Amino acid sequence: MALLEIDRITKRYGALEVLSGLSLQVDEHEVVCLIGPSGCGKSSLLRCINRLEDTDSGEIRVHGERITGKGVDLDRLRREIGIVFQAYNLFPHMTVLRNATLAPMALLGQRRDEAEARAMTLLKRVGLAHKAAEHPDRLSGGQQQRVAIVRALMMNPKLLLLDEITSALDPELVAEVLDIVRTLAADGMTMILATHEMGFAREVSDRVCFLWQGQVHEEGTPDAIFGDPQKEKTRAFLRDLVKAGRL
Amino acid sequence: MAMTAAETGGPTPARLHRARSVLALLAALGMGGLTALTAWRIGGYAMAQGIAPVLVALAALPLLAACVFVARLGVLAVLFSRAGKKAAEIHEAREFGARASLRAWNALAWSSALAILLGLAWLLALNDAAVSRTFFDLGLIRRSAGAILSAFTVNIAIFVLSFGLILVWALVVAIARTLPGEAGRPLRVMATAYCDLFRGLPAVITLYLIGFGLPLTNLPVLSSLSSTAYAVIALTLTYGAYTSEVYRAGIESVHHSLVSAARSLGFSHAMTLRHVVIPLALRTIAPPLMNDCISLQKDTALVSVIGTIDAFNQSKIIAANDFNLSAVTTVAILFVALTIPQARLVDRLTRDMAGRRAAGGA
Ligand SMILES: Nc1ncnc2c1ncn2[C@@H]1O[C@H](COP(=O)(O)OP(=O)(O)OP(=O)(O)O)[C@@H](O)[C@H]1O
Ligand SMILES: [Mg+2]
Repeated sequence: MALLEIDRITKRYGALEVLSGLSLQVDEHEVVCLIGPSGCGKSSLLRCINRLEDTDSGEIRVHGERITGKGVDLDRLRREIGIVFQAYNLFPHMTVLRNATLAPMALLGQRRDEAEARAMTLLKRVGLAHKAAEHPDRLSGGQQQRVAIVRALMMNPKLLLLDEITSALDPELVAEVLDIVRTLAADGMTMILATHEMGFAREVSDRVCFLWQGQVHEEGTPDAIFGDPQKEKTRAFLRDLVKAGRL
Repeated sequence: MAMTAAETGGPTPARLHRARSVLALLAALGMGGLTALTAWRIGGYAMAQGIAPVLVALAALPLLAACVFVARLGVLAVLFSRAGKKAAEIHEAREFGARASLRAWNALAWSSALAILLGLAWLLALNDAAVSRTFFDLGLIRRSAGAILSAFTVNIAIFVLSFGLILVWALVVAIARTLPGEAGRPLRVMATAYCDLFRGLPAVITLYLIGFGLPLTNLPVLSSLSSTAYAVIALTLTYGAYTSEVYRAGIESVHHSLVSAARSLGFSHAMTLRHVVIPLALRTIAPPLMNDCISLQKDTALVSVIGTIDAFNQSKIIAANDFNLSAVTTVAILFVALTIPQARLVDRLTRDMAGRRAAGGA
């Protein structure tokens, strides 16, 4: 059974229909990249998956269990689905360490020493153990984003959603963040990434989905999508990227 | 006729601010004359009333010294302006002009300040010093100070109790007003109605209704409280409405992306408030909260309408007995002395925060 099944979901903001009967399945240990022009609904889709936004129709299931509609324990659901945002969104009044340990201590009942030990392990892995006592505003964008990833990992999510996590970063800081995603992929973390980094999408993902008009317009292996796209819209999108020098 | 620098091809001529400098000098000299006249007349009157010449001299000398200082500024302004005219070179002339202008403005500003001080002195001295006697009868101030000070502790007690209650109560109201979703609506509406009501009601009317109304109700406990307790209740209700608005502004100033971040980790609305929103809100609301605190201290004087013997009521009793308001002046001075340091603190907090924002911090 797939880890995540998205079954013909619709999402509207007022009169604007952003997702129109979109379906998608993600298996365990799979890395799926969402690509598509700005405004095509990549962020909206990710926010629907962890219910930061409500869908208007259709169903989403995690391990076969419905998570859309009424009667779902959202707080519990969100503990299992981590998300990392484009703008990091670290808590500015807490140290890096506290950002990481707050949720597991408050929500999973971990003891402080236990949570801190794990946080330090993860911070070491992303090369930021020495920044544990700093506040986020003393860190570079790339460092903040790495902390945001650690914060999400602290909850041991089954599924990690990454929403353009490098687009707010200066070019020279992008690599350090992507490195971590690469490691996570190698470790078997199930991830859905919305990204404009096509080179990275090609390298890291098992499957690429091109979103257009509220649906998955075309999907396939990275080689298929980038090397031999079948649909006209996909080709046009990739052509524009090449023209803009981004592919 | 007047040609611009571009048309003549030469640099803009230096401005020497001659008129401004002369005006400043005249103002300074005029003030000097008025100050001397004032010192002579009022000083003479004061000595005739038996005030020691030393004290009179102590009051007059700083004023006269200020006059000399202002006159010197005026003279310098005119001299610089003239030096600018004679200057051989345009940049030098501009430099002199700028100096003249600075001195002239300084002299004018100081002259205005002196004029206000002289006006006040005359107000106090006119009509056989009626104003001074009515408001500043030193003998009465000294005699009544003990009673006033001990009554002032009532104001302080009312303030401390209400402020503690307000801080908690207003937070409860603010949280109710920001409850999300359909389920939160009833509490949201109630909280909004409460705020509208008590922000609209003048504090003095709330106080009156509670202070005189509750005792008539024969309710257990509520009808037999002390007037101080009624004052605390009324002020808490009134200021709770204002302060909840301060909290609410703070809560809403926390960026929604941080709320998203907390919710996405699995925090409930209440836990998000507790761990993220309220700690962040508290940092931005410190200055407006202090302002409410200052205004609450002053409004403790309103309790005199329900008969609480606070400092103001005590001073009114003394005033009625002596046909003299000097005891009330004491109370006024106490309130001002209490609030000035806090006002400065608010200024500093606001400045610090502006600085932090400018530096790019949160
Ligand atoms: N809260 C909202 N209210 C109204 N409209 C919204 C809201 N959020 C997003 N939209 C609209 O929905 C559409 C899809 O937005 P979304 O952020 O999902 O796009 P995206 O694919 O992530 O784009 P980008 O690549 O620029 O991040 C856009 O047209 C956007 O204007
Ligand atoms: Mg987006």
